[in-house]
Amino acid sequence: MLGKTTSLNIRTPEGVAFEIPIASPFSRCLALAIDTAVIVALTIFLSQVMWALSVMTSSIPTLGRVVGDFGSGAMVVMQFLVATGYGMATEWLWSGRTVGKRMMRLRVIDERGLSLGLKQVVIRNLFRLLDMLPSMFYLLGGISCLLTKRCQRLGDIAAGTLVIRETETAPPSLEEFVRAERNSFAAMPHLEARLRQRTTPEEARLVLDAVTRRNELDPGARLELFGQLAAYFRERAEFPDEITIGLSDEQYVRNVAATLFHRASV
Amino acid sequence: MLPAAPSPILTGVILDVEKFIARERLFWDELAGLLRLQDNQPDRRPPLEEAQRFYYLYQRVSSDLVKLKTFAGEAETTRFLEGLVARAYSRLHEDCGERVPFRPWQWLTRAFPATFRRHWIAFALSCGTFWIGAAFGAAALKLNYESKTDFIPPQFSHLNEKPSKRVEREEKQDFDAFQGRHAFSAQLMTHNTKVTILTMVTGFLWGVFTLILLFYNGTLIGVVIYDYLVDGQGTFLAAWLLPHGSFELPAIFIGGQAGLVIARTMFGWGTNLRLRQRFARVRGDLLTLIGGAALLLVWAGIVESFLSQYHDPLFYPWKIGFGAVQLAALALFLSLCGRKPRPASTDLD
Repeated sequence: MLGKTTSLNIRTPEGVAFEIPIASPFSRCLALAIDTAVIVALTIFLSQVMWALSVMTSSIPTLGRVVGDFGSGAMVVMQFLVATGYGMATEWLWSGRTVGKRMMRLRVIDERGLSLGLKQVVIRNLFRLLDMLPSMFYLLGGISCLLTKRCQRLGDIAAGTLVIRETETAPPSLEEFVRAERNSFAAMPHLEARLRQRTTPEEARLVLDAVTRRNELDPGARLELFGQLAAYFRERAEFPDEITIGLSDEQYVRNVAATLFHRASV
Repeated sequence: MLPAAPSPILTGVILDVEKFIARERLFWDELAGLLRLQDNQPDRRPPLEEAQRFYYLYQRVSSDLVKLKTFAGEAETTRFLEGLVARAYSRLHEDCGERVPFRPWQWLTRAFPATFRRHWIAFALSCGTFWIGAAFGAAALKLNYESKTDFIPPQFSHLNEKPSKRVEREEKQDFDAFQGRHAFSAQLMTHNTKVTILTMVTGFLWGVFTLILLFYNGTLIGVVIYDYLVDGQGTFLAAWLLPHGSFELPAIFIGGQAGLVIARTMFGWGTNLRLRQRFARVRGDLLTLIGGAALLLVWAGIVESFLSQYHDPLFYPWKIGFGAVQLAALALFLSLCGRKPRPASTDLD
């Protein structure tokens, strides 16, 4: 894991900078396991179809021999095509996603953040034969993933691609967190205005992050974080005891968030 | 004493996130919908109005992202917008060169031979390594005939049999077109295609394994050729190998050629471009070479199953002639097809 980076930083020609999180080797392994299972299932299904066809025609002397022989040849070709073409077809048709990648919410993209080209899809899948060495263990690909900064296997380097984590989540509704009617500070608008004036954007960001992500925290860490934040804001704000008494640290910080984000304007 | 000047970051910069989300959500949802549509139908070309709207939405959401990052820094929504902008950005800025429609006939008759010629030194090196391997195999067998079994891999164990015995047995056998011929043909095609792809992709390891694979395969052929010639079975050998070998061996050489092109890209001789830029330059050539090699192998597999394995002495001259004509045609095709006509002379004298 030498100098690993967890995200791809892009600055568009319009001057907008954003980050795309890069997939971890573990999630890629899980996606690969799912894809392997799909390939095996497809191969078994096709071989059953060919077997059923040859059984149905076996009673007809000449046709039975032709279908039997042709079927076994077609099966060999189909196995090869499924194993080689599955990744190419799905990544091309589904814009960089296979079944496994869809399930793991991963996507292959160009390493500059652009859409995949057909050439890139074909090259990265042909190089899988090298990444799998020695004999299907994915040792070369795995080592390459661990050693490269952006977790790229050899096929990714040759094709100029990256596997990223998709972050298409619905924007959270902040109503619950910063609802004004539950904010006891609202009774003192002049003190609220002073609090807003004294709070820096960095502090406001910290408060909002703490409130919106509070359920992701361990109970102990949650108590400690809100305790520290409440203590900090109790010193900065001058709300009288009659409206702060009995407020838990967490409710105090939620009131601060509501004060900062509900009624402020740009 | 003058009061301290207020810090510019203290006032009026915090966004009302709730109101902001409520106002902009419609645009975000619209952009997400268009992206979903494009994901589901990648080949769809949107009408002009839709493309213009898409660009407007991309700019608007980008601007929202900048505002949110600067004035609020709310993590969840920022992540959502980053994902949206990233997807829209990749759609807007994709490489237009990829959208050129693929024309199979033009690719086969122009692009493939032209690409082959462009990298002729790599082909010569690939071919040369193979035949040096063949010479090595033949020389090794000449020095110690007992080592023949060491050279022949288990999957080709039938080649351990004395050639004259095999010829006698094969010439007595009746040819049955449906006795596992399709399966055999398919196995040959897929095996040879895998070997060719492997010869190409191992070029990534600075070409060392490409050269080793070519040399090893050459050694095997050298041993077989020497064995049959010494046993006086040259005509059988030519009639057996030439019909399919005239396509199969060039295909493997082309795989090696592609591998050596990759090796050269890895070394980066004569250029100061970065690795990714060097690969971007040769990617099309690699696919053209490997695609051409795969076509040759498909044909070679069919010929090997249905013609090469038909061992009737009366038919040998026809088989040898067929193989020789095929080889000559392939050589002419690769060296002449797809050449651009020279411009007419403008010399007025």
